[in-house]
Amino acid sequence: MSYLLKRVAFYVFTAWAAITLNFFIPRVMPGDPVQSLITRSRGQMTGDAVQSLYVLFGLDPNESLLSQYVKYWGQLFRGDLGLSFTFFPSQVGEVIGQALPWTMALVGITTVIGFLIGTTLGTLAGWRRGSWIDALIPVTTFLSSIPYFWLGLIAIALLTGPDSFFPAGNGYDTGLTPAWDWEFIGSAVQHSLLPAITILISSMAGWILSMRNMMVTVASEDYVTVAHAKGLPERRVMVGYAARNALLPNVSGFALSLGFIVGGTLLVEIVFSYPGLGFLLFQGVGTKDYPLLQGIFLIITLSVLLANFVADLAYMLLDPRTRREG
Amino acid sequence: MSDAVLEVKNLDVDYGLGSEAVHAVRDVNLVLHRGEVLGLAGESGSGKSTLAYGLTRLLPPPGVIAGGEVIYHAENGDTADIMRMTDEELREFRWAETAIVFQGAMNSLNPVHKISTQMTDVIRAHDPDSTPRSRLDRAKEMLALVGISADRLEAYPHQLSGGMRQRVMIGMALALDPRLVIMDEPTTALDVVIQRQILGQLIELRERLGFSVLFITHDLSLLVEFSDRIAIMYGGRIVEEAPAADIYRDSLHPYSDGLLHSFPALRGPRRELTGIPGSPPDLRAMPTGCAFHPRCPKAFDPCATTLPVLGIPESHTGQQRTVACWLHPIH
Amino acid sequence: MATPSVVDATPVAAVPVKAKRRRLRFIASPKAAIGLGMMAFFVILAIIGPFIAPYDPSERSNALVEAPSAAHWLGTTHLGQDVFSQLVSGTRSVILVGLLAGVIATILSLLVGVTSGYLSGAGAESLSALSNVFLVIPALPLIIIITSILPETTDVTIALVIGLTSWAWGARVLRAQTLSLRRRDYVEAARATGEKTWRIIIFEIMPNLTAVIASNFIGTVIFAVTSEITLAFIGVNTSGDNWNWGTILFWAQGQQALAQGAWWWFVPAGLAIALLGTALSLLNFGIDEFVSPRLRGNGKSKVKTVDGHTVRMRVGFTPVLGFGRKDDTL
Ligand SMILES: Nc1ncnc2c1ncn2[C@@H]1O[C@H](COP(=O)(O)OP(=O)(O)OP(=O)(O)O)[C@@H](O)[C@H]1O
Ligand code: SF4
Ligand SMILES: [Mg+2]
Repeated sequence: MSYLLKRVAFYVFTAWAAITLNFFIPRVMPGDPVQSLITRSRGQMTGDAVQSLYVLFGLDPNESLLSQYVKYWGQLFRGDLGLSFTFFPSQVGEVIGQALPWTMALVGITTVIGFLIGTTLGTLAGWRRGSWIDALIPVTTFLSSIPYFWLGLIAIALLTGPDSFFPAGNGYDTGLTPAWDWEFIGSAVQHSLLPAITILISSMAGWILSMRNMMVTVASEDYVTVAHAKGLPERRVMVGYAARNALLPNVSGFALSLGFIVGGTLLVEIVFSYPGLGFLLFQGVGTKDYPLLQGIFLIITLSVLLANFVADLAYMLLDPRTRREG
Repeated sequence: MSDAVLEVKNLDVDYGLGSEAVHAVRDVNLVLHRGEVLGLAGESGSGKSTLAYGLTRLLPPPGVIAGGEVIYHAENGDTADIMRMTDEELREFRWAETAIVFQGAMNSLNPVHKISTQMTDVIRAHDPDSTPRSRLDRAKEMLALVGISADRLEAYPHQLSGGMRQRVMIGMALALDPRLVIMDEPTTALDVVIQRQILGQLIELRERLGFSVLFITHDLSLLVEFSDRIAIMYGGRIVEEAPAADIYRDSLHPYSDGLLHSFPALRGPRRELTGIPGSPPDLRAMPTGCAFHPRCPKAFDPCATTLPVLGIPESHTGQQRTVACWLHPIH
Repeated sequence: MATPSVVDATPVAAVPVKAKRRRLRFIASPKAAIGLGMMAFFVILAIIGPFIAPYDPSERSNALVEAPSAAHWLGTTHLGQDVFSQLVSGTRSVILVGLLAGVIATILSLLVGVTSGYLSGAGAESLSALSNVFLVIPALPLIIIITSILPETTDVTIALVIGLTSWAWGARVLRAQTLSLRRRDYVEAARATGEKTWRIIIFEIMPNLTAVIASNFIGTVIFAVTSEITLAFIGVNTSGDNWNWGTILFWAQGQQALAQGAWWWFVPAGLAIALLGTALSLLNFGIDEFVSPRLRGNGKSKVKTVDGHTVRMRVGFTPVLGFGRKDDTL
């Protein structure tokens, strides 16, 4: 239990650190960011909105840093992330709320599937060294060096077209209205296939490689030799003894690299005009929509922390040594 | 010999292939009899573990068996060459006939599975028709045999002490009633008291269950105490083999003599601790002739040029002992 | 042990006499040699690129979106700019940002990792907590919000931001290594004789961290290059004459190069990125295999027995090359 508590404390601390970082970044930058934001919004802003911007992005000359900080937290707790310029006069919270499910579905599912497939292939490659899977390593290295978004571009160029099954963009058939019916879900799945495959291909390579290396390392552990000496079936030795132990560092590696992976996968949304956070981020950068960007950063960070926590729980289930009491 | 369990004939084991091969075990011949404890001693690097892993074909790459036979005599009189077994035959043979307790057995248990899982999976693999109930009962029985209470079955390896893990491994080794148990320095990581306790227990079990033991250690004093016969290895070869008492009282090979003086004996008169000057041979550049000659205090003319062959020395004709040294010419 | 890195706790014991042979052995690894060769090519291109480019990368012409020809090897953009010149000139920015960010992050990770690993106490603990925090905060979105609020961005500021946000992984690995080195005999001995802490760190600890530092540096360079290109692709730092491979892709994407079938506009830049990434990864594999020889794949995995069968070398089933009596030639 103490392990779990420690992890929870760490994530709470990190969430606090990220939010505080968010508070300070605009305040340490040269110039008056709020003024330049107001200018950029071309005078569409109400007094309230300007006030809220000052709390979020700082430099209210009449207030101490501490009381600014307290107010900032107050606004966050009310879910007030400011107004988006791009989607004026929508709240940043609303805009993100619409995009988040799309990203969760696409990035969340493909990241997990990529990890599972990659780990499985890596297990086989490490177990049967010198077999055909091992020969895949140089290919996967090359693939993993390709930026996700460029692979997406190539996929669009090669696989989409007027008569193709794969649509070139968007999250669903624009003629449909979002609803929980089969037609809409089918269309959403069809639209997400190509981005999903793109993410899978580029994210899998890393897992194949690290799992293969762990398998090679674990295969010479004493307990694997003992498993052979016991005359256990090959599958049991490979899965129950070697892979089961090689998986542990891979799972903690998965937790740690989530931040990197999510960053890369968001870009895929851009090339496919997929209505998720990545595409939103792209629009936000184009219009210098700072409130939106900051909101996206917060949401992504919190999701990654949550995913990390889930990965930690999985690790705890997998490794009895972390379950030790006291 | 009719009561042989295992016969090793001209076994050669290499690390690597072709010109890069390191010959770690050379032309080894050994016979293990029913119910006996055969001790295998030698300095670190002399090839003891390589021999043990080699004859069970558990040696990891780059290890290869370069040649030789290892004949197993089954209960019903059938014989089989382990070196000619297919993977499937090997799987069936392992643990059921020969079990192994490894050097550094601290890491022999899989850290992520409970003791019960690790004890029962081997029973299940060899007896698929057994019920979970019967497997668990057997596991409990084996733990009781090595003096561990049944509630430890639900423990994970990290929750056990080193000595307990070692006992679990011994209990696991006996789970399928093997006829031969190979033990590679099973107790070196433990303190002396526990070490002797466990070995004493093992010998007692051996008398009760009637299995044979190949016992490997570099601590000759342990062997003198616990084994029936002793074989001494140097540079990958057996250089002397004799009943334990004979080795202790009257070792013939100068290397055995040196080894005996490297450890304080626990019983009997105190001996002077001299050890052996020099260091073990480099396997890539073995000395010609008798491999021991650069370190041998008694080396003479033929030693540097001609390899002495293992055999019964003329001086001890008719006895159950062999030696490979020019001081003791064979027939 | 929860570090996913395969570099285990037995780094190269730096024996001076053997050092030279060891270095040679590193290059002897085909992976490392190929990676080194490719890297050399990119670095040279970064230096001479702007001089050998046939056109000014920003110069417009009347040849709009033209396919590759003798005049324009990789075709032209919507403004008639020469894609080949953009690619060649843009190499400098990519390499510069990659190396600069790599150096910054490596120095930071050394400072944080080695101090928090060598010293103990609350300070060391909080340094290690700090690197864990930076490790889980997603770097790319953080870099995006910082760069988008900066009034002005250049290659140097981009490299600075990337370097300042991506040192955490290295710090973590270095800390683990330092922790294990600290307990080694020779370090304990140096401490016992009253050697100054900074001397121990520089002369006893650092030499043994070389491989880890190198592999981290390369990892950061990969990350920095990808980040810079990604930033440019989404429109950060794309103004003016500042060309890099991401800028090319930014314009290609913005001008619907795909829809126009202008493959020459986006294919070469992506290939260049992938090749640079492969070169760096190969170098890293070379280091990994150098440090833990078990990973080396070049050991023969199949052996021929005396009677002509081929068997695979594998754990648990030692291959038997020959049977029966073999003539003892030794
Ligand atoms: N993978 C390998 N490649 C080359 N040589 C090896 C390899 N493994 C072991 N050897 C060599 O084989 C020889 C025999 O090693 P082995 O482990 O059998 O010795 P040992 O008698 O069991 O020693 P110890 O008492 O230390 O356990 C050693 O000299 C060792 O250097
Ligand atoms: S053969 Fe010669 S060198 Fe070898 S042990 Fe006997 S006396 Fe010593
Ligand atoms: Mg050994």
